Amino acid sequence: MAMLSAVLGKGGLDQLRIVTLLFLAIFVVYSVVLPGFFSVGNLLTLMRTVSVLGILGLGMAVVVIGRGIDLSMIAALAVPSALVLTLAAKGYGVVPAIGIGLMLAVVIGVLNGILVAYAEIPSLFTTLAVGIGVAGIGQIGLFDYEIVSWPPALDGIAWIGRGSLYGVPFSVLAFGAAAIVIGIFLRRTRPGMFVYASGDNPGATRLTGIPLRPILVMQYVISSCVAFFAGMVLAASSASMDTRIFNLTWIYDVILVVVLGGIGLSGGRGGVANVIIGTLLIGTIMNGLTIMNVSFEMQNLVRGLVLLVAVLADSIINPRNEETAQQGDI
Amino acid sequence: MAGMIKGGPEMKKLLKLGMTAALGALIGTAQLAHAQNSMDDPLRDDYYANFEGRKVVFVPVFMGLDLTEGWSKIMARQAEELGYDYEVRNSNFNTAAGAQTLTSLISEKPDVIVVQNPDVQSYAKLLRQAEKAGIRVIQLNMKTNYQTTGFVGADVELIGEKQAEAAVAKCSNKENPGKVLVLAGPPTSPFSAYMLKGYENVLNADPGMNLVSVQSTGDYESSKAKSIAQVVLQQHPDLCAILGVWDNTDVGTAAALQEAGKADQVLVTTSGGGGELACKGLREGMWQYYVSYDVPGQGRDLNALIMAALQDQNPVGSTKTVLYTPLVTYTPETLGDERCWSLDTLR
Repeated sequence: MAMLSAVLGKGGLDQLRIVTLLFLAIFVVYSVVLPGFFSVGNLLTLMRTVSVLGILGLGMAVVVIGRGIDLSMIAALAVPSALVLTLAAKGYGVVPAIGIGLMLAVVIGVLNGILVAYAEIPSLFTTLAVGIGVAGIGQIGLFDYEIVSWPPALDGIAWIGRGSLYGVPFSVLAFGAAAIVIGIFLRRTRPGMFVYASGDNPGATRLTGIPLRPILVMQYVISSCVAFFAGMVLAASSASMDTRIFNLTWIYDVILVVVLGGIGLSGGRGGVANVIIGTLLIGTIMNGLTIMNVSFEMQNLVRGLVLLVAVLADSIINPRNEETAQQGDI
Repeated sequence: MAGMIKGGPEMKKLLKLGMTAALGALIGTAQLAHAQNSMDDPLRDDYYANFEGRKVVFVPVFMGLDLTEGWSKIMARQAEELGYDYEVRNSNFNTAAGAQTLTSLISEKPDVIVVQNPDVQSYAKLLRQAEKAGIRVIQLNMKTNYQTTGFVGADVELIGEKQAEAAVAKCSNKENPGKVLVLAGPPTSPFSAYMLKGYENVLNADPGMNLVSVQSTGDYESSKAKSIAQVVLQQHPDLCAILGVWDNTDVGTAAALQEAGKADQVLVTTSGGGGELACKGLREGMWQYYVSYDVPGQGRDLNALIMAALQDQNPVGSTKTVLYTPLVTYTPETLGDERCWSLDTLR
């Protein structure tokens, strides 16, 4: 109840509050209706199943707050981490392999950033093209098979996706750590503030002397490095890296948690809390549906409906008009 | 020699006769020897000439998997030996892209299309159109509900039955029914729908079995298999068996069990092409029962059907051949690395 009043405390109902209420409502209903839902084991499992999605959401949030979007994140998740697995399997050593993977991730980010910031190509097209290109490079030459298995050489770092600390899975801790780092970056550092500024009003940001273009490049480098980190956690967790995931609908799930949490695509708003609550909501819904043994198509339908409800509620409670709408709204 | 010839004209005549006879015998023998050495095979010329300038196109769901790379290598080798064109048009796990490829192939008119269907419905109409346009269509391992010139692949229902029987052997218990989780592929894929039928054939007939959950792993995603297995293990800590859809997917299933410390308790059964991963999984305890549809064997069946299709003079669609692959089951007891193929060992 205290949580509820804190949620409803000051100000009106923005999307973060709506989604938090929705999350609490579903959580309570599941806890009452579904035997075995409200147990520590299941809640940890719930967190674990969405932790990679959450980490990706954090990276995406940085770009979206800066009024962009990064559709190449799944490629940046899959290809550099699969490269690390391949190199390690060929005996290059753990540190050089990770170094090369990280370098590739940085290159992807820089490429995105330069095309968006300097060539001024809209981020939607840039990152779509770069993502397809990176996935293509992986498919053509880097790997023998599209599914790269986790080599024994990397078992020393397999704990990032597999083990647990005092019962809490490391992948959940990885999500937590990433949330803290991104949170501090966004709220407590100068470049983080500049990200908000560049998303809120790029023109004014530039006039005040903030280096807008380098800030944009930095956003994309952050998102692809975060994606690489998520990729390593995922690879360790499922003992392989399935580079086909680029062709699947993951990127929509990432956008879903970001938008659902209330980070407007028009930029300048939201933060880590939004991503966490969006991720928890999706995780809770999917967990409950799996426990109820609901079919795959039905799960997709429910997921779509929830997003629709959240966005509808936001637009009813906070209607847009010429004053509140921003250029760049999608 | 001339010095040796003495005597009268009779003698000379006799000698001449003898030499002629000897020469004749020699020539006769030579002719006989020639006949034993070589003869024209009346089939041969037409056989090879028939393949000249013909074209076979492979439309897989996705290249870069052990299955598709294996099939493709075997098909490419035969094409090279016999001198017909062989091409791969990858649809990259995108059904729309695959449909587009098929549409453009219908106007390009290759002689044979080898197609691996993502589901039982999407390509059915296009395959019918292709056959109407005079292209022979061979469906590979994943078929639609429309039968074309040929099908090579596993009897998926039988795979399901075999897997379920392995689970029954371990878990069946009337007092306390053995709990089973099914991790399927995409709902409309032949490997989900038919396999589920096979599971049900066996599990429903046994009162000692309890099918607690049937979940889809999306597009055979191992990470999804892992998270579903984790959720279900939470709900049913006494889970007895998991029936998986494909070896690559069930790497995730195995990871979930290992993390939960239940790799010894829960039987994992899976299926696949019998590549390196099959043996690796058995060796490392990822699964304990593996049904292989034997990619090298399928490759040979496939090549035979391609050859037959290229030689067939009858109207397209007048002959229809189904070749279900003989299945091979692997267990840790029958394990030996020589049983699993890799791209390098494919011949």
